[in-house]
Amino acid sequence: MSEPRTPTTRGTGGPEPSAALDRDLLAATPSTTSADGAPVPPGSGGAPSAQSDDTRQASLWSDAWRQLRRNKLFLIAVVLLGVLTVMAAFPGLFTSLGDPREGGCSLSNSKMPPSAQAWFGYDIQGCDHYTNVIYGARVSMIIGLVVVAGSGVIGLVLGALAGFYGGWFDILVARLTDIVYGLPIVLGAILILNAFPNRGLLQVAVALIALSWMTVLRLFRSSVISVKETDYVAAARAMGATNLRIILKHILPNALAPVLVYSTIAIGGIIAAEATLSFLGIGLQLPAVSWGLQINSGRNLLRTAPHVIFFPSIFLSVTVLSWILLGDALRDALDPKLR
Amino acid sequence: MARYIARRLLLAIPVLFGASFLIFAMVFALPGDPIRALAGERALPAAVQAQLNEEYNLNDPLLVQYGKYVAGLAQGDLGEDFRGRPVSDILEQTVPVTVKLSLVALAFEAVFGLIAGVLAGIRQKSFFDSLVLVTTTLVVSIPVFVLGFVAQYVLGLKLGIFPIAGVASGFSGYLLPGFVLAALSLAYVARLTRTALVENLRNDYVRTAKAKGLSPMSVVGKHTLRNSLIPVVTFLGADLGALLSGAVVTEGIFNIPGLGRAVFQAIQNQEGTVVVGIVTLFVFVYILFNLLVDVLYAALDPRIRYE
Amino acid sequence: MTSSLTHPQVSGGPTGSALLEVDDLHVEFRTDYGVVNAVNGISYTLSAGETLAILGESGCGKSVSAQTIMGILDSPPGFVTGGEIRYQGRDLLQMSAKEQRDIRGEEISIVFQDALSSLNPVFTVGMQIGEMFRRHRGYSRGDAKKAAVELMDRVRIPSAKERVGDYPHQFSGGMRQRVMIAMAIALDPAILIADEPTTALDVTVQAQIMDLLGELQRDTGMGLILITHDLAVVGEIADRIAVMYAGRIVETGATDAVFGAPAMPYTQGLMASIARVDQKGQRLNPIVGAPPNLAALPTGCPFHPRCPRATPRCPTELPLLREVVPGRRAACHYAEEVLGV
Repeated sequence: MSEPRTPTTRGTGGPEPSAALDRDLLAATPSTTSADGAPVPPGSGGAPSAQSDDTRQASLWSDAWRQLRRNKLFLIAVVLLGVLTVMAAFPGLFTSLGDPREGGCSLSNSKMPPSAQAWFGYDIQGCDHYTNVIYGARVSMIIGLVVVAGSGVIGLVLGALAGFYGGWFDILVARLTDIVYGLPIVLGAILILNAFPNRGLLQVAVALIALSWMTVLRLFRSSVISVKETDYVAAARAMGATNLRIILKHILPNALAPVLVYSTIAIGGIIAAEATLSFLGIGLQLPAVSWGLQINSGRNLLRTAPHVIFFPSIFLSVTVLSWILLGDALRDALDPKLR
Repeated sequence: MARYIARRLLLAIPVLFGASFLIFAMVFALPGDPIRALAGERALPAAVQAQLNEEYNLNDPLLVQYGKYVAGLAQGDLGEDFRGRPVSDILEQTVPVTVKLSLVALAFEAVFGLIAGVLAGIRQKSFFDSLVLVTTTLVVSIPVFVLGFVAQYVLGLKLGIFPIAGVASGFSGYLLPGFVLAALSLAYVARLTRTALVENLRNDYVRTAKAKGLSPMSVVGKHTLRNSLIPVVTFLGADLGALLSGAVVTEGIFNIPGLGRAVFQAIQNQEGTVVVGIVTLFVFVYILFNLLVDVLYAALDPRIRYE
Repeated sequence: MTSSLTHPQVSGGPTGSALLEVDDLHVEFRTDYGVVNAVNGISYTLSAGETLAILGESGCGKSVSAQTIMGILDSPPGFVTGGEIRYQGRDLLQMSAKEQRDIRGEEISIVFQDALSSLNPVFTVGMQIGEMFRRHRGYSRGDAKKAAVELMDRVRIPSAKERVGDYPHQFSGGMRQRVMIAMAIALDPAILIADEPTTALDVTVQAQIMDLLGELQRDTGMGLILITHDLAVVGEIADRIAVMYAGRIVETGATDAVFGAPAMPYTQGLMASIARVDQKGQRLNPIVGAPPNLAALPTGCPFHPRCPRATPRCPTELPLLREVVPGRRAACHYAEEVLGV
């Protein structure tokens, strides 16, 4: 009863959805047919053995890499994220004007539309909007990576403990997960952040971590449960392996693929959440440079100076898109079922 | 089944208490003094301040405050805000607005999401399929508030099709915010439907249905769609949180007097009782929807039995 | 391959009386990894009341040819690239989609191997059987359900009336296969294709299902195409057999004759690989090697890499299916020697 949401069957089809046709064709290739000609159903290697575990993992990742290299969307995402990373680390490479907070703004330029001198126009303070937008990348990239790394660690540790030891701890964690899942992330973050009169990256990151650890926990918990009863874990235990070693050596590698896919896509979601919070005035505060704040500053200028909203919105959306594309590509490569 | 539902409802009680206490703690453990904030620049006489603190139980320890709140709740008293307006009044005014907005959004999601997903799924790798894939990826990447501005700018300002804000003009005022609110989930519904349909079309029973001489329409519409709806329904239930979260933003941008805007204002004004009341309601609705999804699940898939 | 038109085919009787004539059928799958030649010019006929067994290893194209006859080949990737399938003299492949659908289930129907996955998990068995009457006969919901109960009785599902509202997962494997059979014979089809109908079942249940099929065939006089790799099943109920290898028919003839003395080394190998009661204690003789990759068939005789009798002629020259002795055809350069005539 610790997991009331898991019904007896999750799948949408029968236990063996592959058509007889597929079996027929698959069996025609030598590798999947035993010597007497009887077909070996795909994936019926029996319980994975300790010996084959490492090689299976290795082939999963090398297959995935081979597929990724041919995926155009993956390459596009990698290039975009590369540019954004450089932008976040060295914004000075993209603009000569320097940090927008350090002067160089002139109120006489306020809300001026894009021109040859100022590609993205000027914001309400008369600052060069292109420089604003370039400097905004840093916050988004940092918050995305930090929050997903933080919530990932929490999810992995709690998921491992809950899955491995079960019992009251598992039940407690399941209830806690239910409660936090019930709290919409933006709303929950508003509640938490409102407690801090002075909010910086740290506060926003903590609030978002506190509300986003559940999915990794559930993914990892179910991986742990499905693996801990298998023969090779029993074998490893019989050989004297400690629980920690079993988790690190046998369970983590198996569970890594879905966690990685989820986390990559989640980075995009977290970046959007930070921008939303800053936009609502409850995330980062001026003088921080954040796309959400920039969009907020233009919220009443939609009629007169739409460019103030437009450019940070584009950068924000492209950043989120890049992470999602990367996650999609990883999922396609790592989950052969979906191909 | 009745026993299952009863047990799930019982299980929801500790979750609700946990959630409301968590919210209560977050709200009332806040630094800052709401009474002083209410008074603004002008300092209140110490006696008045003390009296107000007493009246709103602000001097008690947190647990006692929470106990008094729950005791009131048991008698149907949700408390009142600092201006003496009962929280139940606020809910009465804002809930119908947000329910309408959510229903419009849900309708957009279900209708357009399913249609797009089914068409993409049965015409795999066609132009339409690619179009759905590209569009949904873009929509998923655009944060709700950005999408709200784009919709306001293009459909409201430039084309003038929809009212740009407010619901004074009646139902048409709900369409644009409803669409913006739905957009993200609509994209997910379309993708999920497509994936589920493609997966199910590979199943052996589809071959059986064809072998019976059924038309392609019945093969997809009758034999495959129902199976494909199972993950979509699960998603819609779990997605309610996103819808409510989105309502905070969407109602703000489109200036809609619903729950989302009310809770946001209440948080900023440190109206603790209002915040706790509304957010607990959110959590309650979320739990209820998840239960509903599980019941629907069993109705859609006879292999699932709860006992 | 015009020869296939001029010679009488696998049938014992004259071509005119045949219910179904498959003539030089070619099917290929166009996949990302290349073209898979699943069926490479097979021909056979089936008469009313006759049982034809199509025998072969997995991947030899027997299921694909059955799906092509049913018109339920997944296309893409599957394409019919040549040949005809004549039902009562009319080419099914030339009919409109609507005409084909009207024949499906009504005139020709099929029983699949895995009843659990072949039945829709979210509908009751009564609905799934009754659907045949609703689709082809325009029955009302209630009449269709009554008809379903009668059919479940006929295939001897106990307490049919109570179980008509149950779902597939609530039945045992054998009972599920009976549901599949009830569905397939619902409209008294002229032809029933049974595609490995017993492979997924326990041995005792297998016999019951085969008995049921045989009995139904005697009662209704339908033609039965039994697709299987199980020689024991074939021996019991088939009138004639056609052995397939790598998308071709490599040997045909009356069941007893082929069983008594195969005319093709592959058939010999198949016979040798089953345990027989009278050979208890002897070593089984499996055919060495694996079936060929249909995307890259060996040159010449596709069986030559595994054939104990292969000569230099075999990799260079494709043996055609030819009459070896009256009523017996085989695709082997050395069929006479194999047969010992």
